[in-house]
Amino acid sequence: MQMHSLRHTAAALITGALIAGCGQDAPAPKAAAPAAPQMLTIKIGSASPLTGPQAHIGVDIRNGVQLAIEDANTANIEIGGKKARFEMVAEDDEANPTKATTVAQKLVDAKVAAVVGHFNSGASIPASKIYSDAGIPQISPSSTNPKYTQQGFKTTFRVVAHDDQQGPTLARFAAKTLQAKRVAVIDDSTAYGQGLADAFEKTIKEQNIEVVAREHTTDKDTDFRAILTKIKGNKPDLIMFGGIDPQAAPMIKQMKELGIKAGFIGGDGMQTPNFIKIAGDASDGAMASIPGLPKEQMPGGTAFLEKYKAKFGQEVELFAPMGYDAVMVFIDAMKRAGSADPAKFLPEIGKTNYQGVIGPIAFDDKGDLVNGPITIYVVKDGAWKPLETVKPDAAAAGK
Amino acid sequence: MEIFAQQLVNGLVLGSIYALVALGYTMVYGILGLINFAHGDITMIGALVSITVVQLLAAAGMPAAVTLVLAGGVAMVVCVILGVSIERVAYRPLRRAPRLAPLITAIGISILLQYSAALIWGKQYIAMPELIEPTRISIAGAQLTDLQAAIFLLACLIMAGLLWFIKTSRMGRAMRATEQNPDVAGLMGVNTNTVIAFTFVLGSAIGAIAGLMVVLYYGLGHYFMGFMLGLKAFTAAVLGGIGNVAGAVLGGLLLGVIESLASGYIGDLTGGVLGSNYRDIFAFLVLVLVLVLKPSGLMGQHSGDRA
Repeated sequence: MQMHSLRHTAAALITGALIAGCGQDAPAPKAAAPAAPQMLTIKIGSASPLTGPQAHIGVDIRNGVQLAIEDANTANIEIGGKKARFEMVAEDDEANPTKATTVAQKLVDAKVAAVVGHFNSGASIPASKIYSDAGIPQISPSSTNPKYTQQGFKTTFRVVAHDDQQGPTLARFAAKTLQAKRVAVIDDSTAYGQGLADAFEKTIKEQNIEVVAREHTTDKDTDFRAILTKIKGNKPDLIMFGGIDPQAAPMIKQMKELGIKAGFIGGDGMQTPNFIKIAGDASDGAMASIPGLPKEQMPGGTAFLEKYKAKFGQEVELFAPMGYDAVMVFIDAMKRAGSADPAKFLPEIGKTNYQGVIGPIAFDDKGDLVNGPITIYVVKDGAWKPLETVKPDAAAAGK
Repeated sequence: MEIFAQQLVNGLVLGSIYALVALGYTMVYGILGLINFAHGDITMIGALVSITVVQLLAAAGMPAAVTLVLAGGVAMVVCVILGVSIERVAYRPLRRAPRLAPLITAIGISILLQYSAALIWGKQYIAMPELIEPTRISIAGAQLTDLQAAIFLLACLIMAGLLWFIKTSRMGRAMRATEQNPDVAGLMGVNTNTVIAFTFVLGSAIGAIAGLMVVLYYGLGHYFMGFMLGLKAFTAAVLGGIGNVAGAVLGGLLLGVIESLASGYIGDLTGGVLGSNYRDIFAFLVLVLVLVLKPSGLMGQHSGDRA
């Protein structure tokens, strides 16, 4: 009887998981009023997690896109002699790779001209195939996994430095500035976290620094005491985490509780206000890199931050400037091509030479941002403070 | 040795939380033969309610001890009301229905609770304000915070109290009678409806305390947190022998310790092939082994064919 009921339970659990998997979609924006005869209506897709633990970052990106589209509409841009009106189609990928492909298909079906997204590498990569098949250009504002642009697609671009740059930069920083001797590496088993940690580990080893432990957790866990206890026995002087804030924050808290005195460093996924809010005083001294300049130091930063705050009543979280610039890069390419037809303006994106909020934007032949800077931040007095900015290419040359 | 002691401490504290939640599963199963899948989510509601109360009171400058007691109190009241209403509305009408019906209902209630919480609290992680700076105590080389010690002791106290209550009190005897045979218990003058409702009161109140402990321990809560916690606690209940209260305690503690030791040593044992993210393999391997060798669980006894 017991076994019988357990079998029912298993079946029911699977059903439950399936039901739970069908989350709601973010309401699509209402269809615009019919365009005037000489008006060109151009839809631009925005795909990021708008619900779930990463919603704050995803909404930030969407806000950046929205701001860019409003600015473009006020500027009365003409493309190929016709007045252009831009429209945002925002979709929620829930930071879920499967959902990301559904959302990508939805955007393709909605006939968007270009897509800004996705936030997570794990979402951008599967979605990129769908955009590539449809010939629609995609700029990710934030996906840093190297594989994203290495699939041979002509449609994939990004406006951030990638992990093969971010990870090594972190590693060189650990070696040179922090003088680390024994390093432990933990990742959250996602495309982003593991990619970042792998790239970090590789360079750390090249610097002849000992990796004393390599551990994995998941992006759902909050208890890392067992892993940290094991690592404590390996006596590291630095712990590197590839993952995002809902894990990083409890991790550093538990580190301090276990009496681990090693430093804590990670990537852009944990460089958020939320990290400090959840970890509290334990966050003090934590370090994280973020692709790009500190938002205050971006060439268009101050003006953008003010505009954003006036519009949305909150501070820029992370990637809104990248989302904004991604839209502007698309529009810039459309202007040069004189067309909003993806087939026509796609080749122009590769030739981009645009001065954006985040600085000069140009792409290499894979679609990666050329010479994207990386900044390392440290938590001091309850806030992230910029510590050091590195140009990855310069750093690689100087090693 | 120091590392081993630390892993044991980690596991026991984690396990005591599992055990508290497992009590809710096992008591309801014992009496109704129903796996109340909504129980993990009741714990989640308790957790999120207590975060809200703490946020409000901390902003008002209330002392930490008062805040904690009030947070626990409010969470308990909310969870008890919720638990009893769920029993009344969703389970009681189905008491004589085929067994699959209340099980599916339970899953439905679980999803309902999750998405209601998502509507109320949003889908983001919510930070629990830090009430007390944890102080560290060192025992046999293992680092223990006062919070961990408090969680473990309180959990033990609740579990011992519950065992004593079921063994000695009048209501406890009624619960045991209903467990053995609700019809006969009813004929002997036991109001089985009251007994069942009371079981939900107990389970939900203990779940609320477990929820408060989780947010205190990890510093954050989330509308989906009840799912994994519920699954682990249910596993603990099955491991110990579902329906048996002492078994749930044993199962919870055991599961916590196995998980902790597995995370700590799985990498070394498999030569780095499997990382600590595979720790659940060990926990469930133990579960399978126990069920193969002793299908009723570690401390479960055969209660005839009623279940």
